[in-house]
Amino acid sequence: MKRLTLVLAVLLIGLLASGCGAVPETPKGVSLYTEAGVDPDAWALVPAGEFLSGQYEEVVNLDYDYEIKKTPVTNAQYAQYLTEALAAGTIIIEDSEIKGYYPGDPYNGGKHEVEITEGYYIHMPLGLEENRIFFDGQNFTVKAGYENHPVTMVTWFGAKAYADFYGWRLPSDHEWEKAARGTDGRPFPWGDEITYNHANFYKSGGPFQTSSGYSDTTPVGFYNGSTYGDFKTYDAKSPYGVYDMAGNVQEWTGTLWYQLHDRKMWGANKQSFENYVRIWKYDSATPTYYSPNTGFRVARDAE
Amino acid sequence: MQALKSRFKYLFTSTKGLILWAIAFVMIITALWMPLSGPMISWGIRDIAVDIIGYDLVHSEREGRLVMLYHSIAMAVVAIVVYMITGYFKMEEHYRVWANATVTVGYHLAAIFGMWFAYFGHNWTHHALYLFGLSLVFFAGMILAVALWPWQDKYKIKDPKSPYGHTKSGLDLERTALWVLVIAMLGSAALGAWAGAYFGNGFEAFLAEDTIRHPYKTLQQKAVIGHLHIMLALIAMSLPVILSRWYDFKGILHNIGMRLMIFGGVVITLGAWSVTVTPHAHTIIYFGATASMMTALFLVIYGFDQLIKNHVKEEQYEKPTFGQKFKGLFKDPLKFGPLWQMIYFNFTMSGVGIFMAVKLSDIFRVWPHSEERIVLVGHWHVLSGIVATIIILWFADVLGLRGKVRKWFGWSVIIGSDIAFGAVTIYEMKRLFTSEYMEQPVINATWLAIDIGLGLTMLAVGAFLVWRLVDLFKHQGMWTREVKHELGFEPTPTDEMISGETGTEQEVSQ
Repeated sequence: MKRLTLVLAVLLIGLLASGCGAVPETPKGVSLYTEAGVDPDAWALVPAGEFLSGQYEEVVNLDYDYEIKKTPVTNAQYAQYLTEALAAGTIIIEDSEIKGYYPGDPYNGGKHEVEITEGYYIHMPLGLEENRIFFDGQNFTVKAGYENHPVTMVTWFGAKAYADFYGWRLPSDHEWEKAARGTDGRPFPWGDEITYNHANFYKSGGPFQTSSGYSDTTPVGFYNGSTYGDFKTYDAKSPYGVYDMAGNVQEWTGTLWYQLHDRKMWGANKQSFENYVRIWKYDSATPTYYSPNTGFRVARDAE
Repeated sequence: MQALKSRFKYLFTSTKGLILWAIAFVMIITALWMPLSGPMISWGIRDIAVDIIGYDLVHSEREGRLVMLYHSIAMAVVAIVVYMITGYFKMEEHYRVWANATVTVGYHLAAIFGMWFAYFGHNWTHHALYLFGLSLVFFAGMILAVALWPWQDKYKIKDPKSPYGHTKSGLDLERTALWVLVIAMLGSAALGAWAGAYFGNGFEAFLAEDTIRHPYKTLQQKAVIGHLHIMLALIAMSLPVILSRWYDFKGILHNIGMRLMIFGGVVITLGAWSVTVTPHAHTIIYFGATASMMTALFLVIYGFDQLIKNHVKEEQYEKPTFGQKFKGLFKDPLKFGPLWQMIYFNFTMSGVGIFMAVKLSDIFRVWPHSEERIVLVGHWHVLSGIVATIIILWFADVLGLRGKVRKWFGWSVIIGSDIAFGAVTIYEMKRLFTSEYMEQPVINATWLAIDIGLGLTMLAVGAFLVWRLVDLFKHQGMWTREVKHELGFEPTPTDEMISGETGTEQEVSQ
């Protein structure tokens, strides 16, 4: 009995001691598959009309056409924006952080609401291990192999600033959801069932996952029906031809919550369990939150 | 036929048989549904189980399925608590029989037809039988409330010098505490039933942890949140009271402890109910929780003291050293285990809860909702698990597990479950010491520890059940003696007490 106790204790301590955090190894796929599976500059048209929203399929009418990017914003696109924005003076670099001005939120006195006042807020940290975008003092560059991966480590302020800079917007919650599931109430962008070949979620496998279980982001549009080595993907687009609406990175949306400062993040991410990849499941966080699992895409009025 | 009949009589009319079957029933549900969650999914076992058993897993119905799964397991646990009460506490025989019979039929109906409805297509007759089962469990609680009524003269403690907590008028405080908890459970179940009826009819089941950051919650949503918290808390709170008989808890600590449990039971219940109308419910709950946790603390102090005294007496130490006394604590894992689990609970459950409450704005609301949700789900799973291990350790003693097997079983359950619960707690709190980017080793390590710990615990309990299954095939197995023995009786100054000795109970006729 004593021996068993000792063995178990040593095992537990060893496991925990080895697991207090380590930079993950880079999956092979990062160097093997660098191209975007879908043009990241392409827009999808979502026509006006009703759709079924949420788990219990509430009928919601969006009475206008709009366009939404077919993929999340990529690292290359965001780095390009940062260079332009720095030159234009809409962002600043301060204390190893990219920051920008935000006019503040209406404050409604909610129980856990934190007042977001006018001021400069973080858009993206710099110099962290998980950063894919670097700043050399003049230009922003992207870590090799990650150019066409969705941008991560961007706060809600950073996402909104990008959209504003180009005259676009973050999609509202309803706009995002409709673009993801169409009008038939499906639980996943591509239909009713999910497999490991549909999306990048927890332990879904593929060339962007390491043997230790770490999942990296995949290039945008990776799940487009192509085969990468021995890994086959299904064409996991939504009814409107939008990609990456389930897994990979969760995406900031623009809708403000009444009496709560949190912003919603839709679509789940590479670390999400399968049941959180269902379209109606969303996460939320304070707008200064950034993560290697969070990105965004943009929307605009239909031309 | 006679052989079957006698075994049926053991399993479904004797207290020990009923508890044995209820534990086996929960294990069967666990075994059948375990393939659908956790690492079983990534290992591919879920898909195999779906093919073989034919679960109907509609994605939009997951939350509803889970609610029915929780209720199915919870009803079996409630039934065990009822059996423990009817076994240990004096009551008129017809109340005992009716409470046991009603809750037995109730939990079977609720679990079988609830799970059938949730996982194998929606036959509304099954749903009706599920609700009928829940109603029967509720009705059994009403019978208990009548049977336990502590102000009956025959249940009063007549000897003013009795070491068991009582008032000047002889009111038995232990019985009163239990009665208060039963009433609290009935009210809390009704609260859940009211809200559940609304959501059930609207088919909009939800998990409370998903709504935690919604600035607005409806009255029914708040009622569900209050219901689920208080029901689990009350089941946990009932154990120190019921197990007081097992440890022969008495003296000043018993007297104060039972008063605190009465106060705590009332306050924490009202606090949980008040979640529907006031944002300050937590403050009320803290008062009640603190009082009731003091009762558990007093039982632990008393129980540890008794374990040490028994050891010193057995070893005939004249002047025992600290080490010799300390060893006494660990001599019998089945007696030590439940008390230790009540302490361990503070590290994995209440400590986490208090830390979370104190640092909510500074830490937990800075994290994304998904992280907060993990903590919430983790800590109540741990509480449920700790309740289960306490019951299992107690029951192994009641069924007379002896010798080396007793030690192996006891330590396996304690060590296995504590590794798992400790690892769950570390996993919940991982964001305090590792980032999302670097978390994978922590996830791998904690999940491995969880799997090992739960595996060890399940193996021990599984072996225990197999042992008892084999015994049922024996003509003169232990079951033939147990069918005649009830758990014990409520202590009064004139009654002979249940022995505190390891694994022994005196036969009593009720």
